[in-house]
Amino acid sequence: MADAAVAQAARSGTDDVRPLVRVEGLAKHFDVSPPWLTRVLRHEDRTLVRAVDGVSFDIPAGRTFSLVGESGCGKSTVARLVVGLYNPTAGEVEFDGVSMANLKSRREMAPIRKRLQMIFQDPYASLNPRWRVADIVAEPLRAHGLMTDRRAIQKRVGELLELVRLSARDGEKFPHEFSGGQRQRISIARALASNPEFLVCDEPTSALDVSVQAQILNLMKDLQRELGLTYLFISHDLAVVYHISDYVGVMYLGRLVEWGTARDIFRRPQHPYTRMLLDAIPDLEMSGRQRIPVAGEVPSPIHPPSGCHFHPRCPFANERCKAEEPKAIATPAGGKVRCHAIEEGRLTEEVVQHALGRD
Amino acid sequence: MAIAPEEIQVSPGLFGRVIDGGRRFFDGDIFYAFKKSPLTIAAFVVTVLMFAIALSAHWLAPFDTMNLSSLNLMDARLPPIGWQFNDGGMMVDPDPRFLLGTDEQGRDLLSAMMFGLQISLEVGFASVILAAVFGTLLGLVSGYAGGRVDSFIMRVADVQLTFPAILIALLIDGATRTMMDPDTHQAFKLPILILAIAASQWVNFARTVRGSTLVEKNKEYVQAARVIGIRPSLIMIRHVLPNVLGPVLVIATLSLAIAILTEATLSFLGVGVPATEPSLGTLIRLGQNVLFSGMWWLTIYPSLVLVILVLAVNLLGDWLRDALNPRLR
Amino acid sequence: MAENTTREKPARKGALLEVENLRVEFPTRRGTLTAVDDISFHIDEGEVLGVVGESGAGKSMTGTAIIGLLEPPGRIAGGEIRLDGRRIDNLPYEKLRRIRGREIGMVFQDPLTSLNPLYTVGHQLIETIQTHTDMSESQARRRAIDLLAEVGIPAPERRIDQYPHQFSGGMRQRVVIALALCVNPRLVIADEPTTALDVSIQAQIIKLLKKLCSEHGAAVMLITHDMGVIAETADRVAVMYSGRIAEVGPVREVIRNAKHPYTHGLMGSIPMVGHDLDRLTQIEGSMPRLTEIPTGCPFNPRCPKVFERCRHERPELIAVEDTRVACWLYEEGEQRRTGSHG
Repeated sequence: MADAAVAQAARSGTDDVRPLVRVEGLAKHFDVSPPWLTRVLRHEDRTLVRAVDGVSFDIPAGRTFSLVGESGCGKSTVARLVVGLYNPTAGEVEFDGVSMANLKSRREMAPIRKRLQMIFQDPYASLNPRWRVADIVAEPLRAHGLMTDRRAIQKRVGELLELVRLSARDGEKFPHEFSGGQRQRISIARALASNPEFLVCDEPTSALDVSVQAQILNLMKDLQRELGLTYLFISHDLAVVYHISDYVGVMYLGRLVEWGTARDIFRRPQHPYTRMLLDAIPDLEMSGRQRIPVAGEVPSPIHPPSGCHFHPRCPFANERCKAEEPKAIATPAGGKVRCHAIEEGRLTEEVVQHALGRD
Repeated sequence: MAIAPEEIQVSPGLFGRVIDGGRRFFDGDIFYAFKKSPLTIAAFVVTVLMFAIALSAHWLAPFDTMNLSSLNLMDARLPPIGWQFNDGGMMVDPDPRFLLGTDEQGRDLLSAMMFGLQISLEVGFASVILAAVFGTLLGLVSGYAGGRVDSFIMRVADVQLTFPAILIALLIDGATRTMMDPDTHQAFKLPILILAIAASQWVNFARTVRGSTLVEKNKEYVQAARVIGIRPSLIMIRHVLPNVLGPVLVIATLSLAIAILTEATLSFLGVGVPATEPSLGTLIRLGQNVLFSGMWWLTIYPSLVLVILVLAVNLLGDWLRDALNPRLR
Repeated sequence: MAENTTREKPARKGALLEVENLRVEFPTRRGTLTAVDDISFHIDEGEVLGVVGESGAGKSMTGTAIIGLLEPPGRIAGGEIRLDGRRIDNLPYEKLRRIRGREIGMVFQDPLTSLNPLYTVGHQLIETIQTHTDMSESQARRRAIDLLAEVGIPAPERRIDQYPHQFSGGMRQRVVIALALCVNPRLVIADEPTTALDVSIQAQIIKLLKKLCSEHGAAVMLITHDMGVIAETADRVAVMYSGRIAEVGPVREVIRNAKHPYTHGLMGSIPMVGHDLDRLTQIEGSMPRLTEIPTGCPFNPRCPKVFERCRHERPELIAVEDTRVACWLYEEGEQRRTGSHG
């Protein structure tokens, strides 16, 4: 079976395995125009928000790819596009060699559905408050007709709850009887019920306290090892991303500005925005590192700046950056980056240090 | 961890779940809020009492006023116990058999009111249930589907709202009166009335349910169900519906009071239930005809019952709205 | 920051804010819940005290109790709060209101809800200034413009007449800081001031808050769940758990050499860039609900170093080096004292 081969390759630790998920030129535009009549009266055109604008990346089987960025950068939209909650405006998502755009009906989609699942951010909103935990966890089993026997379902639910370090007896309770961290475990148990290979995790620990976040991150790593899972991990917290990821993509206003292995992104960031994000992480070790907060805020995604979206906040921007959208170029370390300054070789180490006031 | 014997999973049966649910209800905040409000308890007692009387009218009523052949004109125009009636210069004393007096045909007012209450509640309940089912379903579809379906349903609702209930009832009554022969029309009078009242009320349900559905459908548990691949119709029924029923219950209670009043109004205007099976509204209309001849009891007593019933149901509805709204607590 | 490490003063004289045995209770129909349980701390003039803890630890409740904004039925059930030696926990409403504006400023988490959307930013600043000083309208307006410039809002003469919704999230929080500082308060209570903001803006706001408070000579009580913010900003830090203070001391000491097993576990559970760990340190379980706080040390069911005494007796703060720790491990003569963990 093909899946087994992929899982095998992932376990053997080589990275030249066939990607389990391929995202190619993915775009999603939302229409935020006022109603038709208002538009006609005010002589306005339609207003489109390019929430995701031409994003491409691969996720090798058994690995974690993280998307990181500030609010409004489109990372959550990518997550929802990948699981099919939104239909892309352009581009496609390929899962295990099958383009999801070709799967029109629910019936055609069903075999893929089983294999990819999602974990959400808010543990208080992601479980139906009127259902018992056992029914919540069993929903994928029943929906896909994986099991019909009541006893078998009950047994499997018990196993799943124990897999996420809860007790099988918790199935009889309602979600409100659990803490935030325990609810997130229930969410994970539900996501794992149909034995998926791929989990999309949309800020799964952002609503949790740090000590509980550590529990969930550890659990996710354990599960990845035990079950050979592939993760698409969405987060705004760089430290969490560093901890969990094999690959990282940095997004800014709908575009991927830099992507590559986590090690390279964090050790040798190239794009000025990536450098800025890394510089903004609070210095918890109190090493006395001098931080220069970068000025400005993320502009509105409704009217993004021309050319490179980052140019108004970028200390290295020139006329070309204002006019022309940068193409992706390879970094020395094997990642990709979209930046004119790097392409032109303007961004030498001395220039960067000088700009950050660290001569 | 060693598993203790009591830890072996036992799924409680239906009975267990009912007991469990009951325990949670009496332990819950809603029951607590109920206990804390004497007015609500009074309203609840009155409502239950009225329902009980209406349901057991056949056994409780001293006379079968529905059976016209049992009436005796000799018993006509008797005042309630404790009152005297000046009937054209002749003083009439009350008859102990007729507690609240009789009307011009000798119908016992107490019995007539019991049956009237029954009909009023029947019409009220039937129309509210019809409106609730219809409105909730439309609201659910409208909110969940969105787009053109939503626009269409909501525009229909807007148009519906521009017609007051009484106008709709008069229209339907008028239209059916011309289309059907009088006998058929008489036979269908009750269903037509129920339909007319329901038609004026479904909009309330549809709008509220649509609003709640819009909120719920963006919650992550609904998205999770979509990722699992559940059919939209099943998501609506199994996930969204149970979470939007709270407001439906509140509106249903408040609508019941309005439905009873609407029915009374329509019956008072003569387009409601037939005079042979009088509801409270019909009784008030009939009484009102003879009010100036001094037979005040035929109007006052049914009106009193109507006011108390509607007030009690309304109070219950108000309380339920506050109890289910966490922001007000 | 190095000179700040020995800020802990031996005597309480000169402390700006003193909180002694503060207790905040919530009567409910299922019994009284104790949200803040007998805590004591002080803040010196010009000092930044970080109060850190996970949700439900009682840190925000402590802040709201100090400025007298507890939502009923919550109430101060015991203890004293003194500002400059005067008790402020039992003042009548009107007096407290005056202190709240003039001597204690407040910065809340959500800048959108702490500004009135119906009035211009200038109106709100001028109103606050005039309430607490006897400046004329034009003087107050000048002061408001100066303040906006000071918190880094470009073109303040123009922006003063704009409404809150015309400002971005970061700019709004700057306005809120200007509002808190506009009458030169002696203490600013900042409750999660950066939580709602993006990472890059967080850094800007932290820096601004710190700079302004030292320039205005205001002490800061910084309430947050984010150890990173504390590390960047505070002089001393109090770690709260289940309505009590687990550990309080100089920031560097608490972060680098945590003494309480909870603080120690908490620090280990924070992922850090550059730390290649396969697993994070994990504290099992979660903070108990207010209805289920165990007897003795509230941390005892989750504590890896628990022993018999922890289950029965509640530890008071014990001085260990520069910090004070509520843990029986540090009791004088206690055999288990090891000095270091992990």
